[in-house]
Amino acid sequence: MTRKTAELLIAAGTAAQIEKYAAAGADAVLIGESRFGLRLPGDIPEDAIGDAIARAHALGIQAYVSVQKLFHNEELAALPGYLRLIGRAGADAAVFSDPAVLMIAREAAPGLKLHWNGEMTATNAASAAFWGRRGACRAVLAPELNAEEIASIKRQAGLDVQVLAHGAAPIYHSERHLLLSYMEHIGREARIADLGLGGGRYLIEADRPNEKLPIFEDQSGTFVLSADDVCLLEALPELLAAGVDSLYVEPLLKTEAYNEAVLAGYRAALDRWAADPDGFVFDERWLDDIRALQPPERELSFGFLYKEQVY
Amino acid sequence: MNAAAQHSPAGRATGKRYRLEKPELLAPAGSLEKLKVAVHYGADAVYIGGRKYGLRSSADNFSFEEMREGVEFARRYGAKVFVATNIFAHQEDLPGLADYLRELERVGVAAIIAADPAVVETAQREAPGLEVHLSTQQSTMNWRAVSFWKSEGLPRVVLARETSLEEIREIKRRVDIELEVFVHGAMCSSISGRCVLSNHFTDRDSNRGGCCQSCRWKYDLRAGDASVAGAGEPSFTMGSKDLCLIRQLPELIEAGVDSFKIEGRMKSVHYVASVVHAYRQAIDAYMADPGGYRLRPEWEEEIAKAANRPLSAGFFHAKPGSNEHIYEAEEKPAPYDFAGVVLDYDAATGWATVEQRSPFKPGMEIEFFGPGGTRFRQRAGELFDSEGNRLDAARHPLQRVRLRTEQPVERWDFMRKKL
Repeated sequence: MTRKTAELLIAAGTAAQIEKYAAAGADAVLIGESRFGLRLPGDIPEDAIGDAIARAHALGIQAYVSVQKLFHNEELAALPGYLRLIGRAGADAAVFSDPAVLMIAREAAPGLKLHWNGEMTATNAASAAFWGRRGACRAVLAPELNAEEIASIKRQAGLDVQVLAHGAAPIYHSERHLLLSYMEHIGREARIADLGLGGGRYLIEADRPNEKLPIFEDQSGTFVLSADDVCLLEALPELLAAGVDSLYVEPLLKTEAYNEAVLAGYRAALDRWAADPDGFVFDERWLDDIRALQPPERELSFGFLYKEQVY
Repeated sequence: MNAAAQHSPAGRATGKRYRLEKPELLAPAGSLEKLKVAVHYGADAVYIGGRKYGLRSSADNFSFEEMREGVEFARRYGAKVFVATNIFAHQEDLPGLADYLRELERVGVAAIIAADPAVVETAQREAPGLEVHLSTQQSTMNWRAVSFWKSEGLPRVVLARETSLEEIREIKRRVDIELEVFVHGAMCSSISGRCVLSNHFTDRDSNRGGCCQSCRWKYDLRAGDASVAGAGEPSFTMGSKDLCLIRQLPELIEAGVDSFKIEGRMKSVHYVASVVHAYRQAIDAYMADPGGYRLRPEWEEEIAKAANRPLSAGFFHAKPGSNEHIYEAEEKPAPYDFAGVVLDYDAATGWATVEQRSPFKPGMEIEFFGPGGTRFRQRAGELFDSEGNRLDAARHPLQRVRLRTEQPVERWDFMRKKL
């Protein structure tokens, strides 16, 4: 007996990446540009987004557009046009965090599906259901949830849920330009453009010499990512049994080859599970292919999947 | 509100608009004593934390019984009590939420401050007598988002600290809703709620009150394998200076801000008294005579005496830069410490009874201040305990000490010592 399995989703920064990731097994891509989205692996600007969506559809995969920033007044004017544009181009959903996007989408692009991504604040079923009743069809859950919480939210929320399945978790977002300010403070020349994702910068906290936390900056501020890479490949049967609808692969700071290996591993596992959930046996080679390309300083971990947090 | 422009004679409009209604001064109260002090020193409303659902899990939060006492005390002075229920809840936190909110309503709390839509909806459904104010943890920084929360039936939004004066003005112009703005206190350097450093370092959930202030730790910033800082250069940190907008108060009042919020449920009673006192005087002075208003240096001095971090204007004018961050250990802004609270004063003899809050001794420079206008400095003379024994120093916390004051003082006046 075959069963519905979860979508395999990854962010893509170029048209070429859409092709590669579709070929490697992605069911959907998350695309956009930094004027509206957050932490994207590359900008696909307004004049190219329609083609990118069409390209994804031609490859048989879905295209979601990140409109996930928290907006300031002066940025609102561009939203109706952008949401209309991606709606007409056939985007399969816009991903939002700011309720302003929800309000504007109702008027400018009423047919456009909406995914709510509250980042680290998406932590319970009632808040997911709240956004669901206001138009979202999917909740992107916080990475800081355990398996029991994910399953319980899925049971109660009444909408699709997406989890971070693989890669770095976003753990800090400031609107301040912390790197730029620091460079200025110690008398170094710097521009925001030089402090971005490709800069190879990371933080080491005094008591944790083995944890390297990537840090980078763009016009939306400063971002810190987790020191380890979440890898829920071995937990797939559990997540699928819980009814998780979408598995997100975070491609930031990785090579395309690495991301393709990740997608291929998850694809194979998902297909095997879908074909025969009860007879599913984990194949260690799926993970070995990822481990072969894993950056040595970044550990693969289950993230918060089996943790209890305190407060 | 803001109607005075219409009152000015035709052709002579100066462009200045005078507000007719006083904005609210909202103070933190981490305990019943701090609540009473905040109200005494002029807060129009205080916000407290209960035993659950608040973001300061290590504060000595209020039981329902203490809340009831706090509400009754505040009511006698025409002040309101709000309760912070501003966690982002996990599944396990939801059972019991409705009961908790109904109990807050019964106790007479005026409003809750909520961030999680699950808490907002539960309160609206189960405890309709409570106002729901949207917490700054929702990071609301534009007028469309504010209008969304208005359409959800919320009477007040606490704006994100990332909102500038110009943005506040536009939001107020476009949306008819109460706006609450932080004017003073510690700031997350992240967008509030958008930081889980604590969770990842220590498994303590920052969005349920477990924040261990990891942003203030020291970090080695590396590019490739090399440290960016050279020898002797300060480490990278994410720590922000504290916010202080007393200089900007007139512009905020004119922008129509309805409530000025002071941060600090974990701060001392001395901080509460000093900061509330300064902002109270500034608001009252401005409202009494906007044209003749001048910022008085002693207000900033008072604030500095209660500060333990350097101060900045945050996002008021523009995005903060290096001047708004703390990179190196900085000295306490002013060399004063809280020393005692006046319990009693005998006008006939000029002797006061003071409850000790930090050690002091004869010969030290001390100063008194209070909501009734007390403000003077003197040297401490002879000290006696309540049995009349002469003391060489007031050494014991909460010890009752008698000393002569050079001017009259009253109950609830505070005493500082110079370090």
